Amino acid sequence: MFAYLVRRLLLMLVTLFGISVVIFFLLRIVPGNIVDILFAAAGYVDPADKVDLEKQLGIDQPLVVQYLHWIGGLLHGDLGYSYVSEKPALQEILPRIPITARLAGLALLFSASIGIPLGVISAVKQGSRIDYALRVVSLSGLSLPSFWLGLLVLTASVAMFGQMPIFNANPRSFGEAFATYCIPAMVVGFRSSALTMRITRSSMLEVLRQDYIRTARAKGASDAAVNYHHALKNAILPVITVIGIEAAFLIGGLIVTETVFNIPGVARFLVEAIRWRDYPIVQNLVMFIAVVVVFANFTVDMLYAVFDPRIRYTD
Amino acid sequence: MADRSDLVLDVKNLKTVFFTNSGLFKAVDDLSFTVKRGETLAIVGESGCGKSVTALSLMRLVPDPPGRIVDGSVLLEGTDLLALNETEMRKIRGNRISMIFQEPMTSLNPVIRIGDQIIEAVRLHRNLSSREAKDIAVEMLRLVRIPEPARRAKEYPHQLSGGMRQRAMIAMALACRPALLIADEPTTALDVTIQAQILALILDLQKELGTGLVLITHDLGVVAQAAQRVIVMYAGRKVEEAGVEALFAAPRHPYTRGLMASIPAVPAPGVAAPARLNEIPGTVPSLVRLPKGCAFAPRCPLAVKRCEAEYPPLTDWGGGHLAACWRAADVAEVA
Repeated sequence: MFAYLVRRLLLMLVTLFGISVVIFFLLRIVPGNIVDILFAAAGYVDPADKVDLEKQLGIDQPLVVQYLHWIGGLLHGDLGYSYVSEKPALQEILPRIPITARLAGLALLFSASIGIPLGVISAVKQGSRIDYALRVVSLSGLSLPSFWLGLLVLTASVAMFGQMPIFNANPRSFGEAFATYCIPAMVVGFRSSALTMRITRSSMLEVLRQDYIRTARAKGASDAAVNYHHALKNAILPVITVIGIEAAFLIGGLIVTETVFNIPGVARFLVEAIRWRDYPIVQNLVMFIAVVVVFANFTVDMLYAVFDPRIRYTD
Repeated sequence: MADRSDLVLDVKNLKTVFFTNSGLFKAVDDLSFTVKRGETLAIVGESGCGKSVTALSLMRLVPDPPGRIVDGSVLLEGTDLLALNETEMRKIRGNRISMIFQEPMTSLNPVIRIGDQIIEAVRLHRNLSSREAKDIAVEMLRLVRIPEPARRAKEYPHQLSGGMRQRAMIAMALACRPALLIADEPTTALDVTIQAQILALILDLQKELGTGLVLITHDLGVVAQAAQRVIVMYAGRKVEEAGVEALFAAPRHPYTRGLMASIPAVPAPGVAAPARLNEIPGTVPSLVRLPKGCAFAPRCPLAVKRCEAEYPPLTDWGGGHLAACWRAADVAEVA
């Protein structure tokens, strides 16, 4: 087990290294840099000033040197300075993380706590009206883009209450905190809850046909015990996989949702930074997201062993 | 007829049908039998003859849809199981009537410890603390002769061999000391050497606990070894019933005779083995389109016109030896 973990961690480091190379060079392929953008906006170009500024920011150096400079700094905990705000990148990124983390956590919680029980119900009542209704709702969940759903929610809230939830970093009441975080989280999580529901349903249908379910009934176990204790325990693995993958995809949904709901989280910040070619922010932020995704995958693999005793990671 | 108070199970005119896309069929048709305390009744027949559906009907575990018990009564210790609601039936399942399945590899929940699966069976029916239930679980594992029961109780099914798993299944089925145990092909999936051990174990425990046993099998060797009485089923119906000696000595139904003839015999030393095993010609009819008369008639060497026109009633040939055949009198002579 220990050797497995060590190997796994080394593999994660290799993955992260690969990601860092990809991010770095992809970002440089995008035409234009911060200096081009600034000078284009100013409408006046003195080539000498431009060269000067490029030199100042270090983007005149060969790419390899720039890359080594970034990685070297990263390993020392020096993330560089934002081109736009000229503040340390760390200071720009850190305060935004909890906001997005809360949103993402709530969205996942929402998708699991809605998707799993509804998936079980849908499987147990296969072919019934409630099954069809849930499947239609989940299909709409999969097909509704979250930005559009977000706009619908905002419009509806204006139409019904005459106001819309506006982000407030220090909510005064529970209601405000709810509006600040839960509504956007539900909008983002709706899609993953639909996906979770469908996977739970198909996985449960598979498991409910197994012999040990009949054994459980033959013991005299109640429907609830059969469905949730005996069946769901076996059906949960694919669901965990999907939730793990969704955790990674969530960031895409959050970018638009944070924009729609005007939430100052990392996802929206990332888009702005890309627009400005703010290399230090983009590189470090994407690197951070990559670390989160890699760890989410690792957690999912470890959870397999927790839920299924037949899975043991050996050397 | 046996003393009625001695009866554990009294099944009358049981009829279980399945509604499928290709039509309605009677998986079990008008089946009646009894089991006494401590007695072993074997139900024999080919795949698809309704043996397993009979077992599931007794447990009221026939998957609905597509199946449904449409007629008859199942009296277990005087209570008609078919008249109970689901909640009442749950209190009986695993408690007064329990079942061992064919596939030990897939019949235990792979993600729950063996001990916990037995504890669950105990606590569903006995008002015990988890500690007391655990003691019973370990005791049951000891009873089915699993070595180191306390340690095995903490293991998962995949850590046990097939024979061990079937022992664990037996422990679970008997944990509440049921009045009736149904064993549906309990040894079919096991190695030959293990088969004998498991069968001996079931019979020992049955004797020890005084349980009535319904043993479902297609293995006539198992029947001869274990049963006191035998029911032969064909296409959902009982075609013959007799004490085990009477049945083997003089089968009254051509189907039973065919089954016995198809047991491969070990040839005497120096005698060449027959080139081909005996078989019953033809295949089991589709239950959706059964012939009007005797379902076995198309495959029967003794069939006459009447067999195809009328279904033969079960007739007593003395000593409770029942057979449903127009030519039952001639079967003994031909054999």
